[in-house]
This record gives sequence, structure tokens and C-alpha cells, in this order.
Amino acid sequence: MFGKLSWDAIPFHEPIVMITSAVVAITLTGLLVWIVVKGHLPYLWKEWLTSVDHKRIGVMYVILALVMLLRGFADALLMRSQQAIAMGAAGYLPPDHYNQIFSAHGTMMIFFVAMPFVIGLMNFVVPLQLGARDVAFPVLNSVGFWLTATGALLVNISLIVGEFARTGWLPYPPLSELTYSPGVGVDYYLWALQISGVGTLLSGINLVTTVLKVRAPGMDYLRMPMFCWTTLASNLLIVAAFPILTATFAMLLLDRYLGFHFFTNEAGGNPMMFMNLIWAWGHPEVYILILPCFGIFSEVLSTFSGKPLFGYRSMVAATMAICLLSFMVWLHHFFTMGAGADVNAVFGIATMVIAVPTGVKIFNWLFTMYGGRIRFNAPTLWSIGFMVTFVIGGMTGVLLAVPPADFVLHNSLFLVAHFHNVIIGGVVFGAFAGYEYWFPKAFGFKLHEGLGKAAFWFWIIGFYVAFMPLYWLGLMGMTRRMQHYDVPAWQPWLIVAAVGAVLIAIGIALQVAQLVVSIRSRVALRDRTGDPWNGRSLEWATASPPLLFNFAVLPSVEGEDAYWGTKQRAQAEAKAVTEPDYADIHMPRNSATGFICAFFATILGFALIWHIWWLVGLAFVCAYATFVVLAWRDEDEDLIPADVVAKLDRANRAARVGIGQAA
Amino acid sequence: MLDPRGPIGAANRTLLIDSVAIMLAIVIPVIVATLAFAWWFRASNHKATYLPDWEFSARLELVVWSIPAMTIILLGGVTWIGAHQLDPSQPLDARTQPLDVQVVSLDWKWLFIYPEQGVASVNQLVIPVGTPVRFSLTSASVLNTFFVPQLGSMIYTMNGMRSTLHLQADAPGRYAGMSAHFSGDGFSDMRFTVQAVDARAFETWVASTRGAGRTLDGSTYLALARQGSPAPVTTYASVDLKLFDRIVAQDLPPGPGPAVERQGAAETPAATKTSRKP
Repeated sequence: MFGKLSWDAIPFHEPIVMITSAVVAITLTGLLVWIVVKGHLPYLWKEWLTSVDHKRIGVMYVILALVMLLRGFADALLMRSQQAIAMGAAGYLPPDHYNQIFSAHGTMMIFFVAMPFVIGLMNFVVPLQLGARDVAFPVLNSVGFWLTATGALLVNISLIVGEFARTGWLPYPPLSELTYSPGVGVDYYLWALQISGVGTLLSGINLVTTVLKVRAPGMDYLRMPMFCWTTLASNLLIVAAFPILTATFAMLLLDRYLGFHFFTNEAGGNPMMFMNLIWAWGHPEVYILILPCFGIFSEVLSTFSGKPLFGYRSMVAATMAICLLSFMVWLHHFFTMGAGADVNAVFGIATMVIAVPTGVKIFNWLFTMYGGRIRFNAPTLWSIGFMVTFVIGGMTGVLLAVPPADFVLHNSLFLVAHFHNVIIGGVVFGAFAGYEYWFPKAFGFKLHEGLGKAAFWFWIIGFYVAFMPLYWLGLMGMTRRMQHYDVPAWQPWLIVAAVGAVLIAIGIALQVAQLVVSIRSRVALRDRTGDPWNGRSLEWATASPPLLFNFAVLPSVEGEDAYWGTKQRAQAEAKAVTEPDYADIHMPRNSATGFICAFFATILGFALIWHIWWLVGLAFVCAYATFVVLAWRDEDEDLIPADVVAKLDRANRAARVGIGQAA
Repeated sequence: MLDPRGPIGAANRTLLIDSVAIMLAIVIPVIVATLAFAWWFRASNHKATYLPDWEFSARLELVVWSIPAMTIILLGGVTWIGAHQLDPSQPLDARTQPLDVQVVSLDWKWLFIYPEQGVASVNQLVIPVGTPVRFSLTSASVLNTFFVPQLGSMIYTMNGMRSTLHLQADAPGRYAGMSAHFSGDGFSDMRFTVQAVDARAFETWVASTRGAGRTLDGSTYLALARQGSPAPVTTYASVDLKLFDRIVAQDLPPGPGPAVERQGAAETPAATKTSRKP
């Protein structure tokens, strides 16, 4: 009846797991009860859960990322503390638990923190920057988000029901095959990522189409803000790379469920094939994450320097070059497999070539600051912190691309330090810069500046204290994923690294405090202008938060930095802008398809993991039926009459003019 | 690896330091310029010139593209030469005949077979100083990486496949060896000691090993291939000389993985029953 599932699946004997799960369960139940008792449920359902508005979906992606960041970071604290004490001792986490923790940490941070964070920002910002009313496929967008949430939920269920993978964040066979991993851990990993991977692919298709097809009149390709370009590049990579991931995992699933032999030791299976395939996805994946962040830094540095982005066309060329090159370097993840000198050298040099367009970007940001009037708000701090930190990470990356250097650094803590250096210093700093920069656009009030800056300093100092020792430990010959060790010389550095993790924890606590304080004092932090940073692109041309339809009348774009140009012209002509002609607006109607579909997808994934075959069939039919119902709906758009549009827009204009006169 | 004791390790380190030096020549100025520009062009500094429309300079663009390009051309040359000189399958340039050692990674221990000497050991690798060692490597079960940081380059071990690595120790001593690729619950204990000794001591060790201990053949190997850690140092007085080839050819079956009885509480009895199907 319940497949492999029984009461034994719940680890009653592990106090850490049980207490954590209890706290999470009580918090969630409390939240749910509060929502229902206070009568917020209908609002939540109508305005958020079933919303197909790209802004709402973007915000939900970012909330998902922030919540999962707490989970992933808790794993990091466990690992750092375990290694700090496990010198010649067992520590407090036995190997089977410790191995789950580092596997879950990597999986969480990449798939359910970094990915939803950047996808959320792209979703929220890109249609506004393009001067569009919504993305190309609003319902698909909602489905994509909810499937991502399903994946995150399944990974978290594994904490209490069963176990998570003990194979690392990429489950290399044969270790991940049934012979060596007979438990449900790898199945949790695979099904969670298969389901969320579909979500990511849908989101990628949607955003590529949006950038290519849904732009305001006059918004030519070479007038698009840099963030739109990097979004295009990143989502092209998603569309090209995620099917590889899905296919690779499908093969591993066939091995595990139906006795196939793609990657097994026996019957001609070959694990090297898995390594090639997974990195054919995995290397583009890191550029999927970093490219949008490059876009964010371009926006932030240009806005806060009060200057256009230096060398815009060069930046576009560099972005697209990185997009293309990222598919040609995957072999550098396994130089030590013995592929031969020619192959290794070619892939090593190809990897270094990516440093050229990346270096160009760094120089162009440098010259964007040159001759500027730089305002040091929190987004600027994150951006400058990024530039300094990222060049160090880039340097160690190029070093790892030199095969003979990789022969002694592969899989060491040097490698761990390197990819945290580029992911924290690049992706996380970028995501936080974007979060601080666009928060007032999303909610109509700014985040508390002082707490934001304090969080930045704890993060960046914590980063250096946590990861510089790891570089050093790697040079001392310490490999990654060790549950214990017996080299006394390593321990002091691991203790320093643990202190660094605590500093980052303080940074995160300050960010939580910043959010709470900002919400409580939102009246004081209110921004009525819609343009709190003196911005340059179209998202600042509309109200904060933007109306459902983003723009009452679609803007007409006449050059790069579209909104800056409009402001300059208005100043030069020094006359009040005349009221435009309002017209009826059609907006996509909300749909519960995404939410319901994800509900059944969660059950489907869970049933597949535990081999509850009748439930697999039932959940699949229900999920399919949800789409059939969607396909047969009669009305998919709501009409907003011109007079309602006019009323809403006039209120917005009045607020802006009022501010303008006061200033 | 910052304290190498062999030619490969020393070459790895030289290349590492050279590459860092080349890159620091560009990285340090960039960091300094970033901080300097940010400081000088701060909004409150009215002495700094404000160029609100400055967004393009063909000359600067040329410089901006050529600095990283030239650095990478230089480093690419270093990489090409280094990758060829230090290719793990490349024999070391020495007059001495290399010593052959066959390496098998098991769950979770290392087996070293000396085909010429006809002996074998677990978690202990004794090699003569100043003699190149030709390693042939494979895995009994999952992926591992054979790595002795002070001697240099590492390489993957894979079931059903043979990889080759050449190393040499120049100074006598005891060096730590390990697996650098995560391989399961016993991974952290998958360590071995390399004892680099002079030629005479090596002969003595071979003779004493031949004198005592069991024989390593197909059946003792299968017992050894069962999961367990940490494994004690063991030696074998004689060894089936075809053993390594039989492991590579999968004539001997791959390691069995976790035994059903030893599964943790996370595995339900029902789970083990259904999941053991082929």
C-alpha cells in the first residue's frame, strides 16, 4: 500500500533532526493558523498563489530563495563546526549524516537559493525594463515557479521522512547507483531536481521569448539595458543546458528504477559518460547564475555613478561571448581523469579564454566609475565588494584551468574556496545588490540603509575569514568532504573558517533585522517618486509598486538609458508632460493551474521516491487533468477599461508631481 | 604540496607559482584601481571631474580587450607546455628502470600490488627513493582519486578501466596519501602512508614481506573488497600476478556495496527488499 514507506523512515533517534523538524513544523503551522484566523487566506490565494503577474511571481521566487538560504546556511554552519572539532575525533555528526549535509548544502544553495534568486529578479525586472506589460507566457511562468517550489519542498521533506543523498551535490555514479546507494536519498535528489528542472526550463523559454518578442516600441536590441542582455544570455543557456540535466538524471533514474546500465559498473555502463554529461550542463549552469548578476552590477554601477555604462557594445559582445564559450570548457572539471595532454591543454586554454570577456567587463565597470559621482548606497557597496572579491576568484579559477596545477588542487579545499569565492563574491553579492536596488520598486519603500550596510560588512569580512583559510588548507593538501582528519596543522585554519561562518551568520541576521525594521518603518522609508535612485532605465518610469499593467501607456523608447533620456528632455523643455491618451488594457487572468499542478507534482515525486505506484498513477492523472482544464477555459484575459486606467495613473502622476514641487 | 619531495610535485608547484605571479600582475592593479576610483569619484568629492556622458573611448576599448587577451596568450602557452610535460601518463626522464606498482581503490582502503616483487600491501606504499614509479590504477567499486600531495599529480581510479601515473620521491620520508574524490561513508579514513626509503631498505622490506603473511588471490580479494574502514595496514607474502588485470577486466566482480544487514535505520526493511532488485 505505501511502497517502501514505513514508520522506520522517520529518524526518531536523531535529536538534531527531530528538533529542527519540530521547530519548522510549529512555525509553519503557526503561520498558517495566523493567516486563516486573520482572514488573509482569500487575499493570499487571489493576489499571490494564483497570480500570473510577473512581479508577484518574481517576488515569490526571491522569498523562496531567502527562506532556502536559511536552510542551506544552517547546513554550512553544521559542516564548519564539525570540521573545526573533528581533528582525530569523530565530531558530533556521523558520516552518514555529515554526507547528507554537504550534499543538501550544495543542492539547496545552487538549485533553490541561487537559481530562484536570479530568476526571481529577472522575472520582476525584465518586463519593466523592456517597457512591457507582462512576460510572454504568464501562466507558464506561474507553473514554472510552483514546480521549482515543489523541488525545494521535496528536498526539505527528506530531512524528516527518509534521508537525503549522501553522494555530493552532483551524484557521481557508480556511488549513486543502487549497488552503492540503496536508500531513498538519491531518489529524493533526482526527483526533486527533475521536477524543479522542468520549472526552470519553462521559465527559461518564457524569458527568452519575452526579451525577443515583448518589448516597448523603439526598444531595439542595442537599446536594451544590460540586465536584459544578460537575462537573454542566461536564459538561452537554460534552454540549451537544462535538457541535458534532465536527460542525464533520466538515465540515472532508469538505472536505479528499471535496471538499465547507463552508468553502472556492470554490463558496459560507463560513469565517465555521466561526468561528461553532468558538466555539459554544470559549466553553463555557473554562467546561468553569474551572467544576470553581471547585469545587475552594470545597472547599479551606472546608476550610482550617475553615468551611462562604459563600453555598452563591448559589454554586449562580452556577454554573448561568455554565453557561447561556457559550453566549450566542461572537461576542466575532470582533468585528473587522464584524458591526455592535448585534450587537457585545449580545454584548459578554452577555459582561460573566458577570462578575456570577463576581464573586459571588469575594466568597463572600472571606467563606468571613472568620472562618476558615486553614491555609496548598499547596492554600490555590494558591487564594489564584488569587483574586488571576484577578480581573486577569477584568478584562482584560471589557476585551476592550468591542468598541472589542477592535478594537485582538484577536489581540494582550494577548489571549494574558489567556487565559493565566485558564487558568494559574484552571484550572492549580485543578488543582494539587486535585492536592495529593486526592493523599493517592488514594495514602494526603501530598505533600511544602515542595517543593509552593516550586513554587507559582516558578509564580506566573514567571507574572507571563512574562505581564505580554505585556500590555504587546499595548498596544504586537505581534500573536500572530510568528516574527520588527523593532521593537527589543519585544525587552526578550520577554526578560523568556522569563525568566518559565524560572521556571515551575523550578516544574515542583520539582513533579517533589516527586513523587519524596514517593514515596521515603511512610512518613513516610503518612496512616492517611483525613482528613488535617480535611475536610467524604464522600470523607474512607473509607480512603486508598479500597477498591475506596469505602464498605463506603453513608453516609446528613443535611445539607450531610455528613462534618463526622458528625464533630460523633460528638464530641457521645462514643461509639464501632457496627459497621454488612455486605452483599454487586456491583462491575463489569474490561474490556479501552477499551484494545483505543483500540488500534484509534489505527491507524484513523493510517491515515485517511495515506490507507491498507485499514488504515482493518480497524481499524474490529476496533474495532467489540471492542464486539460486550463486548455479548455473560455476566458483567459481580464479587461481594464480606459477610465480605470486613467484614474489609477492620474493618482500616480499626482503623487510624483507633488514630490517634484516639494523638492 | 607546498613542500614537495619529488620532481612532479616540484614542477606542479613551480607552475602554480608562475601562473599566480602572471595573474597577480593584472589582478593587483585592478583591485587597487577599483578602490581608488571608488574613493576619488565619491559623490562628496567635488574636486573630482564629473563626466556624465562619457561612455565610449575606442582607444580604451582596445586596451581593455588586449590586456586580458595578452595575459591569456602568455598563460595559454604556459598551459600548453605544462600540460604536455606533466601529463600523468608521460614516463619520467630517468636512467633507472621504473618500479611498477598496481593500485586498486576499494571501499575504503588502498591495495598496492608489486607485480615484479610478487608482494602486496594495504594502506601502505613503500617505494625506493630516486626511482621513478609507474602506477597502474583501477577501482574495485566507485570512483576515487589517488593522491599523495607531497609527490604531486593525482589521478582518478575507475572500475573496469586502467589509468596511468608516474611519480617519484627524491627524499626519504613518510608522506600522507589519500583519496581526493568522495567515495562514501568510509571516505575520511581512506588514507595510506607512503614510505620512501633507500634501495637497500626497499629490498629488505620486500624480503620481509615475502617471509610472512597470506596470499592474495581471487577469494582473499573478494573478502577485501567488502566495505569496511578504517582498514589496518596489511601485507601479503605472495600475490596472484593476474589479479590486477582480472579486476580491470571485471573478471572479478565489482565491490558489493553496503551489506543488507549493516543498513542504518534510514533504510526500512521493506526498502532493502525492494531496492535490491537488479
